[in-house]
Amino acid sequence: MYAQMVKSEGPKDQDDPTKLAEFQARIDAGEKIEPKDWMPEGYRKTLIRQIGQHAHSEIVGQLPEGNWITRAPTLERKAILLAKVQDEAGHGLYLYCAAETLGVSRDEMTEMLLDGRMKYSSIFAYPTLTWADMGAVGWLVDGAAIMNQVPLQRTSFGPYSRAMIRVCKEESFHQRQGFDIMMKMCAGSPAQKQMAQDALNRFWYPALMMFGPSDKDSVHSSQSMAWKIKMNTNDELRQKFVDQTVPQAEYLGLTVPDDTLAWNEEKGGYDFAEPDWDEFFEVLKGNGPCSVDRIATRKKAWDDGAWVRDGLMAHAEKARAAKVAAE
Amino acid sequence: MTDKREWPLWEIFIRGQHGASHRHVGSLHAPDAEMAILNARDVYTRRKEGVSIWAVPANAIAASSPSKKGPMYDPAEDKAYRHPTFFDIPKDVGPM
Repeated sequence: MYAQMVKSEGPKDQDDPTKLAEFQARIDAGEKIEPKDWMPEGYRKTLIRQIGQHAHSEIVGQLPEGNWITRAPTLERKAILLAKVQDEAGHGLYLYCAAETLGVSRDEMTEMLLDGRMKYSSIFAYPTLTWADMGAVGWLVDGAAIMNQVPLQRTSFGPYSRAMIRVCKEESFHQRQGFDIMMKMCAGSPAQKQMAQDALNRFWYPALMMFGPSDKDSVHSSQSMAWKIKMNTNDELRQKFVDQTVPQAEYLGLTVPDDTLAWNEEKGGYDFAEPDWDEFFEVLKGNGPCSVDRIATRKKAWDDGAWVRDGLMAHAEKARAAKVAAE
Repeated sequence: MTDKREWPLWEIFIRGQHGASHRHVGSLHAPDAEMAILNARDVYTRRKEGVSIWAVPANAIAASSPSKKGPMYDPAEDKAYRHPTFFDIPKDVGPM
Protein backbone atom coordinates (compact mmCIF):
# COMPACT_ATOMS: atom_id res chain seq x y z
CA MET A 1 0.00 0.00 0.00
CA TYR A 2 1.16 3.55 0.47
CA ALA A 3 3.02 2.00 3.37
CA GLN A 4 4.56 -1.32 2.36
CA MET A 5 6.79 -3.68 4.28
CA VAL A 6 6.78 -1.45 7.32
CA LYS A 7 9.21 -3.01 9.76
CA SER A 8 7.27 -3.53 12.95
CA GLU A 9 8.67 -3.67 16.44
CA GLY A 10 6.97 -5.67 19.10
CA PRO A 11 6.92 -4.96 22.83
CA LYS A 12 10.34 -4.54 24.42
CA ASP A 13 11.73 -6.04 27.59
CA GLN A 14 11.70 -2.65 29.28
CA ASP A 15 7.95 -2.26 28.67
CA ASP A 16 6.02 -2.72 31.91
CA PRO A 17 3.84 -5.87 31.43
CA THR A 18 0.92 -4.37 33.37
CA LYS A 19 0.96 -1.24 31.25
CA LEU A 20 1.27 -3.34 28.09
CA ALA A 21 -1.79 -5.36 29.05
CA GLU A 22 -3.78 -2.21 29.84
CA PHE A 23 -2.69 -0.73 26.53
CA GLN A 24 -3.80 -3.79 24.58
CA ALA A 25 -7.11 -3.81 26.46
CA ARG A 26 -7.78 -0.21 25.46
CA ILE A 27 -7.11 -1.06 21.81
CA ASP A 28 -9.27 -4.18 21.99
CA ALA A 29 -12.07 -2.07 23.47
CA GLY A 30 -11.87 0.23 20.44
CA GLU A 31 -10.47 3.21 22.35
CA LYS A 32 -8.23 5.63 20.48
CA ILE A 33 -4.66 6.10 21.65
CA GLU A 34 -3.72 9.78 21.82
CA PRO A 35 -0.20 11.23 21.54
CA LYS A 36 0.29 11.91 25.26
CA ASP A 37 -1.06 8.52 26.40
CA TRP A 38 1.36 5.82 27.45
CA MET A 39 2.34 3.61 24.51
CA PRO A 40 4.97 0.92 23.97
CA GLU A 41 8.08 2.17 22.22
CA GLY A 42 7.50 -0.41 19.46
CA TYR A 43 4.04 0.99 18.74
CA ARG A 44 5.45 4.52 18.51
CA LYS A 45 8.34 3.53 16.25
CA THR A 46 6.25 1.37 13.93
CA LEU A 47 3.70 4.15 13.56
CA ILE A 48 6.35 6.76 12.73
CA ARG A 49 7.64 4.47 9.98
CA GLN A 50 4.20 3.68 8.64
CA ILE A 51 2.69 7.18 8.76
CA GLY A 52 5.95 8.67 7.50
CA GLN A 53 6.06 6.28 4.56
CA HIS A 54 2.43 7.02 3.85
CA ALA A 55 3.13 10.78 3.91
CA HIS A 56 6.18 10.44 1.66
CA SER A 57 4.08 8.45 -0.81
CA GLU A 58 1.56 11.27 -1.03
CA ILE A 59 4.32 13.78 -1.71
CA VAL A 60 6.37 11.69 -4.16
CA GLY A 61 3.05 10.62 -5.70
CA GLN A 62 2.60 14.16 -6.98
CA LEU A 63 5.48 13.70 -9.39
CA PRO A 64 4.12 11.14 -11.89
CA GLU A 65 0.92 13.20 -12.23
CA GLY A 66 2.64 16.57 -12.12
CA ASN A 67 4.40 15.30 -15.24
CA TRP A 68 1.14 15.77 -17.19
CA ILE A 69 -0.26 19.03 -15.83
CA THR A 70 1.27 21.16 -18.58
CA ARG A 71 0.20 18.66 -21.24
CA ALA A 72 -3.39 17.92 -20.20
CA PRO A 73 -5.63 17.71 -23.27
CA THR A 74 -8.14 20.39 -22.20
CA LEU A 75 -8.22 23.29 -19.78
CA GLU A 76 -10.82 21.47 -17.68
CA ARG A 77 -8.68 18.33 -17.42
CA LYS A 78 -5.75 20.50 -16.47
CA ALA A 79 -7.72 22.23 -13.69
CA ILE A 80 -8.94 18.85 -12.40
CA LEU A 81 -5.45 17.36 -12.41
CA LEU A 82 -4.05 20.42 -10.64
CA ALA A 83 -6.73 20.08 -7.95
CA LYS A 84 -5.93 16.40 -7.54
CA VAL A 85 -2.20 16.97 -7.23
CA GLN A 86 -2.86 19.76 -4.73
CA ASP A 87 -4.97 17.30 -2.70
CA GLU A 88 -2.01 14.91 -2.61
CA ALA A 89 0.13 17.66 -1.11
CA GLY A 90 -2.60 18.23 1.47
CA HIS A 91 -2.76 14.52 2.27
CA GLY A 92 0.98 14.48 2.79
CA LEU A 93 0.70 17.39 5.21
CA TYR A 94 -2.13 15.80 7.24
CA LEU A 95 -0.02 12.69 7.59
CA TYR A 96 3.24 14.46 8.47
CA CYS A 97 1.36 16.28 11.24
CA ALA A 98 -0.03 12.99 12.53
CA ALA A 99 3.49 11.51 12.60
CA GLU A 100 4.87 14.62 14.31
CA THR A 101 2.64 14.01 17.33
CA LEU A 102 4.84 10.95 17.95
CA GLY A 103 7.96 13.03 18.45
CA VAL A 104 9.60 13.24 15.04
CA SER A 105 9.68 16.45 13.00
CA ARG A 106 8.59 16.86 9.41
CA ASP A 107 12.02 18.14 8.40
CA GLU A 108 13.66 15.07 9.96
CA MET A 109 11.29 12.80 8.06
CA THR A 110 12.00 14.64 4.82
CA GLU A 111 15.72 14.20 5.34
CA MET A 112 15.21 10.51 6.05
CA LEU A 113 13.34 10.16 2.75
CA LEU A 114 16.06 11.97 0.85
CA ASP A 115 18.92 9.92 2.29
CA GLY A 116 17.05 6.63 1.82
CA ARG A 117 16.34 5.78 5.47
CA MET A 118 12.61 6.06 4.81
CA LYS A 119 10.68 4.75 1.82
CA TYR A 120 7.69 5.62 -0.33
CA SER A 121 5.27 3.35 -2.15
CA SER A 122 6.73 1.26 -4.98
CA ILE A 123 3.99 2.43 -7.34
CA PHE A 124 5.47 5.88 -7.73
CA ALA A 125 8.74 4.54 -9.09
CA TYR A 126 6.95 3.80 -12.37
CA PRO A 127 6.78 6.33 -15.22
CA THR A 128 3.64 7.95 -16.65
CA LEU A 129 4.20 7.74 -20.38
CA THR A 130 0.90 8.86 -21.92
CA TRP A 131 -2.19 10.85 -20.95
CA ALA A 132 -4.04 7.55 -20.48
CA ASP A 133 -1.72 6.90 -17.54
CA MET A 134 -3.48 9.75 -15.70
CA GLY A 135 -6.64 7.72 -16.09
CA ALA A 136 -5.02 4.47 -14.99
CA VAL A 137 -3.32 6.07 -11.99
CA GLY A 138 -6.56 7.62 -10.70
CA TRP A 139 -8.61 4.52 -11.37
CA LEU A 140 -6.16 1.84 -10.18
CA VAL A 141 -3.66 3.52 -7.87
CA ASP A 142 -6.13 5.71 -6.02
CA GLY A 143 -8.60 2.82 -6.13
CA ALA A 144 -6.05 0.59 -4.39
CA ALA A 145 -5.23 3.34 -1.91
CA ILE A 146 -8.91 3.70 -0.98
CA MET A 147 -9.11 -0.06 -0.27
CA ASN A 148 -6.47 0.40 2.38
CA GLN A 149 -7.35 3.83 3.70
CA VAL A 150 -11.03 3.20 4.36
CA PRO A 151 -10.35 0.57 7.06
CA LEU A 152 -7.46 2.67 8.40
CA GLN A 153 -10.01 5.29 9.48
CA ARG A 154 -10.57 2.86 12.38
CA THR A 155 -6.90 2.56 13.28
CA SER A 156 -6.07 2.79 16.99
CA PHE A 157 -3.92 5.93 16.86
CA GLY A 158 -6.19 8.99 17.08
CA PRO A 159 -4.24 11.47 14.91
CA TYR A 160 -3.69 8.84 12.18
CA SER A 161 -7.35 7.88 12.20
CA ARG A 162 -8.43 11.52 11.93
CA ALA A 163 -6.00 12.14 9.06
CA MET A 164 -7.39 9.08 7.26
CA ILE A 165 -10.97 10.30 7.67
CA ARG A 166 -10.00 13.59 6.05
CA VAL A 167 -8.06 11.83 3.26
CA CYS A 168 -10.90 9.41 2.50
CA LYS A 169 -13.38 12.26 2.10
CA GLU A 170 -11.25 13.59 -0.74
CA GLU A 171 -9.93 10.40 -2.30
CA SER A 172 -13.08 9.30 -4.07
CA PHE A 173 -12.83 12.32 -6.38
CA HIS A 174 -9.37 11.08 -7.39
CA GLN A 175 -10.54 7.65 -8.41
CA ARG A 176 -13.59 8.93 -10.25
CA GLN A 177 -11.68 11.51 -12.27
CA GLY A 178 -9.31 8.70 -13.31
CA PHE A 179 -12.14 6.41 -14.35
CA ASP A 180 -13.72 9.32 -16.22
CA ILE A 181 -10.52 9.73 -18.26
CA MET A 182 -10.53 5.98 -18.99
CA MET A 183 -14.19 6.07 -20.10
CA LYS A 184 -13.51 8.97 -22.43
CA MET A 185 -10.51 7.27 -24.00
CA CYS A 186 -12.26 3.92 -24.34
CA ALA A 187 -15.13 5.63 -26.16
CA GLY A 188 -12.69 7.43 -28.46
CA SER A 189 -10.77 6.39 -31.55
CA PRO A 190 -9.17 2.91 -31.76
CA ALA A 191 -5.81 4.57 -31.10
CA GLN A 192 -7.13 6.23 -27.93
CA LYS A 193 -8.64 2.98 -26.71
CA GLN A 194 -5.31 1.29 -27.39
CA MET A 195 -3.61 3.91 -25.21
CA ALA A 196 -6.02 3.10 -22.39
CA GLN A 197 -5.33 -0.63 -22.79
CA ASP A 198 -1.60 0.01 -22.78
CA ALA A 199 -1.90 2.03 -19.55
CA LEU A 200 -3.86 -0.78 -17.89
CA ASN A 201 -1.24 -3.29 -19.08
CA ARG A 202 1.56 -1.33 -17.49
CA PHE A 203 -0.20 -0.38 -14.22
CA TRP A 204 -2.05 -3.60 -13.40
CA TYR A 205 0.77 -5.50 -11.71
CA PRO A 206 2.39 -2.48 -10.05
CA ALA A 207 -1.08 -1.68 -8.61
CA LEU A 208 -1.33 -5.24 -7.21
CA MET A 209 2.11 -4.78 -5.63
CA MET A 210 0.85 -1.78 -3.68
CA PHE A 211 -0.72 -4.10 -1.12
CA GLY A 212 2.67 -5.55 -0.23
CA PRO A 213 3.95 -9.12 -0.37
CA SER A 214 1.78 -12.17 0.08
CA ASP A 215 0.66 -12.89 3.64
CA LYS A 216 2.90 -15.94 3.82
CA ASP A 217 5.93 -13.68 3.23
CA SER A 218 4.68 -10.75 5.26
CA VAL A 219 6.61 -10.90 8.49
CA HIS A 220 5.37 -7.68 10.05
CA SER A 221 1.63 -8.18 10.01
CA SER A 222 0.59 -9.88 13.22
CA GLN A 223 1.87 -7.35 15.77
CA SER A 224 0.60 -4.44 13.69
CA MET A 225 -2.80 -6.07 13.39
CA ALA A 226 -3.01 -6.69 17.14
CA TRP A 227 -2.24 -3.01 17.69
CA LYS A 228 -4.73 -1.99 14.98
CA ILE A 229 -2.09 -0.18 13.00
CA LYS A 230 -2.88 -2.50 10.14
CA MET A 231 -6.50 -3.47 9.71
CA ASN A 232 -6.46 -6.17 7.00
CA THR A 233 -3.88 -8.56 5.59
CA ASN A 234 -2.20 -7.75 2.28
CA ASP A 235 -3.88 -10.66 0.48
CA GLU A 236 -7.35 -9.77 1.77
CA LEU A 237 -7.09 -6.26 0.38
CA ARG A 238 -5.54 -7.40 -2.90
CA GLN A 239 -8.39 -9.87 -3.44
CA LYS A 240 -10.96 -7.17 -2.70
CA PHE A 241 -9.27 -4.83 -5.15
CA VAL A 242 -9.23 -7.40 -7.95
CA ASP A 243 -12.86 -8.34 -7.34
CA GLN A 244 -13.89 -4.71 -7.54
CA THR A 245 -11.70 -3.71 -10.47
CA VAL A 246 -12.21 -6.54 -12.98
CA PRO A 247 -15.90 -5.70 -13.66
CA GLN A 248 -14.87 -2.05 -14.10
CA ALA A 249 -12.31 -3.10 -16.73
CA GLU A 250 -15.02 -5.14 -18.44
CA TYR A 251 -17.28 -2.10 -18.46
CA LEU A 252 -14.53 -0.15 -20.20
CA GLY A 253 -14.07 -2.98 -22.71
CA LEU A 254 -10.45 -3.43 -21.63
CA THR A 255 -8.61 -6.68 -20.99
CA VAL A 256 -6.85 -7.26 -17.69
CA PRO A 257 -3.34 -8.46 -18.65
CA ASP A 258 -3.64 -11.82 -16.88
CA ASP A 259 -4.41 -15.03 -18.82
CA THR A 260 -5.11 -16.91 -15.62
CA LEU A 261 -7.78 -14.50 -14.41
CA ALA A 262 -10.98 -16.48 -13.75
CA TRP A 263 -14.01 -16.23 -11.49
CA ASN A 264 -13.87 -18.76 -8.69
CA GLU A 265 -17.43 -19.55 -7.66
CA GLU A 266 -16.34 -21.42 -4.57
CA LYS A 267 -14.44 -18.57 -2.96
CA GLY A 268 -16.71 -15.92 -4.48
CA GLY A 269 -13.77 -14.04 -5.93
CA TYR A 270 -11.37 -14.04 -8.84
CA ASP A 271 -8.30 -16.22 -9.14
CA PHE A 272 -5.49 -14.09 -10.47
CA ALA A 273 -1.75 -14.13 -11.10
CA GLU A 274 0.61 -12.71 -8.51
CA PRO A 275 2.84 -9.85 -9.57
CA ASP A 276 6.57 -10.41 -9.99
CA TRP A 277 7.75 -10.13 -6.40
CA ASP A 278 11.42 -9.97 -7.38
CA GLU A 279 10.60 -6.80 -9.29
CA PHE A 280 8.74 -5.45 -6.24
CA PHE A 281 11.71 -6.00 -3.92
CA GLU A 282 14.05 -4.37 -6.43
CA VAL A 283 11.78 -1.32 -6.69
CA LEU A 284 11.57 -1.09 -2.92
CA LYS A 285 15.36 -1.14 -2.72
CA GLY A 286 15.39 1.94 -4.95
CA ASN A 287 15.94 0.20 -8.29
CA GLY A 288 12.62 1.07 -9.94
CA PRO A 289 12.51 2.70 -13.37
CA CYS A 290 12.11 6.22 -11.91
CA SER A 291 13.50 5.75 -8.37
CA VAL A 292 16.63 7.81 -8.88
CA ASP A 293 14.73 10.58 -10.63
CA ARG A 294 12.02 10.78 -7.96
CA ILE A 295 14.44 11.27 -5.09
CA ALA A 296 16.62 13.63 -7.14
CA THR A 297 13.55 15.77 -7.87
CA ARG A 298 12.52 15.86 -4.21
CA LYS A 299 16.07 16.68 -3.15
CA LYS A 300 16.29 19.53 -5.64
CA ALA A 301 12.97 20.95 -4.42
CA TRP A 302 14.15 20.69 -0.81
CA ASP A 303 17.55 22.28 -1.49
CA ASP A 304 16.22 24.97 -3.81
CA GLY A 305 13.50 25.83 -1.30
CA ALA A 306 15.91 26.27 1.62
CA TRP A 307 16.38 30.01 1.07
CA VAL A 308 12.60 30.50 1.02
CA ARG A 309 12.13 28.61 4.28
CA ASP A 310 14.97 30.49 5.93
CA GLY A 311 13.95 33.83 4.44
CA LEU A 312 10.37 33.62 5.66
CA MET A 313 11.57 32.60 9.11
CA ALA A 314 14.04 35.51 9.24
CA HIS A 315 11.31 37.89 8.10
CA ALA A 316 8.92 36.61 10.76
CA GLU A 317 11.55 37.06 13.48
CA LYS A 318 12.43 40.55 12.31
CA ALA A 319 8.76 41.57 12.20
CA ARG A 320 8.25 40.17 15.70
CA ALA A 321 11.27 42.06 17.04
CA ALA A 322 10.06 45.28 15.40
CA LYS A 323 6.64 44.84 16.96
CA VAL A 324 8.12 44.29 20.41
CA ALA A 325 10.34 47.37 19.97
CA ALA A 326 7.31 49.48 19.00
CA GLU A 327 5.34 48.48 22.09
CA MET B 1 20.26 21.80 3.99
CA THR B 2 21.08 24.99 5.76
CA ASP B 3 20.57 25.68 9.42
CA LYS B 4 18.01 23.69 11.34
CA ARG B 5 15.38 26.23 12.27
CA GLU B 6 12.06 24.62 11.51
CA TRP B 7 8.90 26.65 11.07
CA PRO B 8 6.85 26.57 14.26
CA LEU B 9 3.71 24.45 14.57
CA TRP B 10 0.23 26.01 14.58
CA GLU B 11 -3.07 24.42 15.52
CA ILE B 12 -5.85 25.32 13.11
CA PHE B 13 -9.49 25.89 14.03
CA ILE B 14 -12.19 26.46 11.43
CA ARG B 15 -15.77 27.63 11.66
CA GLY B 16 -18.02 25.87 9.14
CA GLN B 17 -20.78 27.43 7.09
CA HIS B 18 -23.60 27.17 9.56
CA GLY B 19 -22.61 29.30 12.48
CA ALA B 20 -21.18 26.53 14.66
CA SER B 21 -18.12 27.08 16.86
CA HIS B 22 -14.61 26.97 15.46
CA ARG B 23 -13.48 23.36 15.45
CA HIS B 24 -9.98 21.96 15.60
CA VAL B 25 -9.11 20.48 12.20
CA GLY B 26 -5.39 19.79 12.46
CA SER B 27 -2.04 21.50 12.51
CA LEU B 28 0.54 22.90 10.14
CA HIS B 29 3.90 24.65 10.02
CA ALA B 30 4.29 28.32 9.16
CA PRO B 31 6.82 31.06 9.94
CA ASP B 32 4.20 33.49 11.31
CA ALA B 33 0.49 33.92 11.96
CA GLU B 34 -0.27 35.48 8.62
CA MET B 35 1.32 32.59 6.72
CA ALA B 36 -0.34 30.09 9.06
CA ILE B 37 -3.75 31.43 8.03
CA LEU B 38 -2.84 31.44 4.34
CA ASN B 39 -1.50 27.89 4.56
CA ALA B 40 -4.58 26.80 6.51
CA ARG B 41 -6.73 28.14 3.70
CA ASP B 42 -4.89 25.89 1.23
CA VAL B 43 -4.57 22.83 3.46
CA TYR B 44 -7.92 22.76 5.24
CA THR B 45 -10.50 24.66 3.15
CA ARG B 46 -10.00 23.48 -0.43
CA ARG B 47 -13.67 22.52 -0.57
CA LYS B 48 -15.25 25.48 1.17
CA GLU B 49 -15.13 23.77 4.55
CA GLY B 50 -15.25 27.04 6.44
CA VAL B 51 -15.81 30.76 6.66
CA SER B 52 -13.34 31.66 9.42
CA ILE B 53 -9.90 30.40 10.44
CA TRP B 54 -8.09 30.63 13.77
CA ALA B 55 -4.38 29.80 13.95
CA VAL B 56 -2.93 29.26 17.43
CA PRO B 57 0.74 28.58 18.20
CA ALA B 58 0.77 24.92 19.27
CA ASN B 59 3.02 25.70 22.25
CA ALA B 60 0.44 28.19 23.58
CA ILE B 61 -2.12 25.46 24.19
CA ALA B 62 -2.49 24.12 27.72
CA ALA B 63 -3.89 20.62 27.88
CA SER B 64 -5.30 18.41 30.61
CA SER B 65 -3.18 15.40 31.44
CA PRO B 66 -4.41 12.03 30.15
CA SER B 67 -3.19 10.34 33.35
CA LYS B 68 -5.56 12.47 35.44
CA LYS B 69 -8.66 11.35 33.54
CA GLY B 70 -10.12 9.74 36.65
CA PRO B 71 -9.99 12.67 39.11
CA MET B 72 -11.02 15.09 36.35
CA TYR B 73 -14.09 13.41 34.95
CA ASP B 74 -15.27 10.76 37.40
CA PRO B 75 -17.15 13.25 39.64
CA ALA B 76 -19.73 13.71 36.86
CA GLU B 77 -20.41 10.00 36.70
CA ASP B 78 -22.98 9.76 39.53
CA LYS B 79 -24.88 12.92 38.56
CA ALA B 80 -27.32 11.48 36.08
CA TYR B 81 -29.88 14.03 37.32
CA ARG B 82 -28.08 16.62 35.23
CA HIS B 83 -29.71 15.06 32.17
CA PRO B 84 -33.40 15.70 31.40
CA THR B 85 -34.01 11.99 30.81
CA PHE B 86 -33.44 11.39 34.56
CA PHE B 87 -36.93 12.66 35.28
CA ASP B 88 -40.04 10.68 34.33
CA ILE B 89 -42.80 13.05 33.37
CA PRO B 90 -46.23 11.41 32.93
CA LYS B 91 -47.54 11.30 29.36
CA ASP B 92 -50.68 13.17 30.47
CA VAL B 93 -48.61 16.26 31.15
CA GLY B 94 -47.90 16.61 27.44
CA PRO B 95 -44.68 17.74 25.81
CA MET B 96 -42.06 19.23 28.14
